[in-house]
Amino acid sequence: MRILADIFLLIGATFTLFGSIGLIRMPDVYNRIQAGTKAVTLGSLSLLIGIGLLYPQWWPKLLIIGLLILITNPLGSSTIARALLKSGVQPWKKAEAKTSEDNSNG
Amino acid sequence: MATKSETEEGSGLANGLFLFVVLLLFWMLLTGSLDPSEIITGAVVALVVTLTSRPHLAIYSGLRLTPKAILPIINYLGVFFWELILANIDMARRVLSPSLPLRPAVVEVRTDLRSPLGRLALANSITLTPGTLTVDVQDQTLLVHWVDTPPDIDIENATRKITTKFERHLKGFLK
Repeated sequence: MRILADIFLLIGATFTLFGSIGLIRMPDVYNRIQAGTKAVTLGSLSLLIGIGLLYPQWWPKLLIIGLLILITNPLGSSTIARALLKSGVQPWKKAEAKTSEDNSNG
Repeated sequence: MATKSETEEGSGLANGLFLFVVLLLFWMLLTGSLDPSEIITGAVVALVVTLTSRPHLAIYSGLRLTPKAILPIINYLGVFFWELILANIDMARRVLSPSLPLRPAVVEVRTDLRSPLGRLALANSITLTPGTLTVDVQDQTLLVHWVDTPPDIDIENATRKITTKFERHLKGFLK
């Protein structure tokens, strides 16, 4: 049980780390929100499962925390994204530089 | 809006009861005890919250909680968690690859779900699935930020795929 809990905790920590890397590497705010929301949601759920395996008497509370994270996390992200779009922040687009490669096909 | 008046009359009480039971359940899970004084306190609090949020109760009329709804709920949760895991692996792959493979665009997605609760559930599901983030909901159109929009394909068809996998199951228990 201890090992299983550790695995879940490790997975949670790893995905949260990926989310953080995403926050730094992504080119614009919308992509950052994407990376942050998804990684943190699964990461914290995984952490909660790990904690639940270590402390079985906490299951009811962990369940509620997980439920609230699942509902509020995407909702908050959508709201932030909506506010950004309404205030005129344009989504990032990749620069179309390499079109000359297509010419070889005629 | 046409459906509002017909649902509000009959189900106002049912919606209130639904919220009350959910709140009481939350309370019991949080306190973690079946002590009568705890439950009575919880019931009082739940009642007060239910009464104060009465103007907003109509949102629950989107729910269809019949025995028939159990299978779609289980299916939906299955699809949802599977997609959530895929979304994370996909995002991890993008974040870690040196070239940062992104082709972001904002696309419009139509939905058949009419109730506010149904569209909320769909919007939340889309946000947590691979590469998509719901930006705005206007009536039955969702504005979705898509990380990897395929360049030369029919956007209409491609976006349908985002919604249908959830819509199919959501329709079972939401209007």
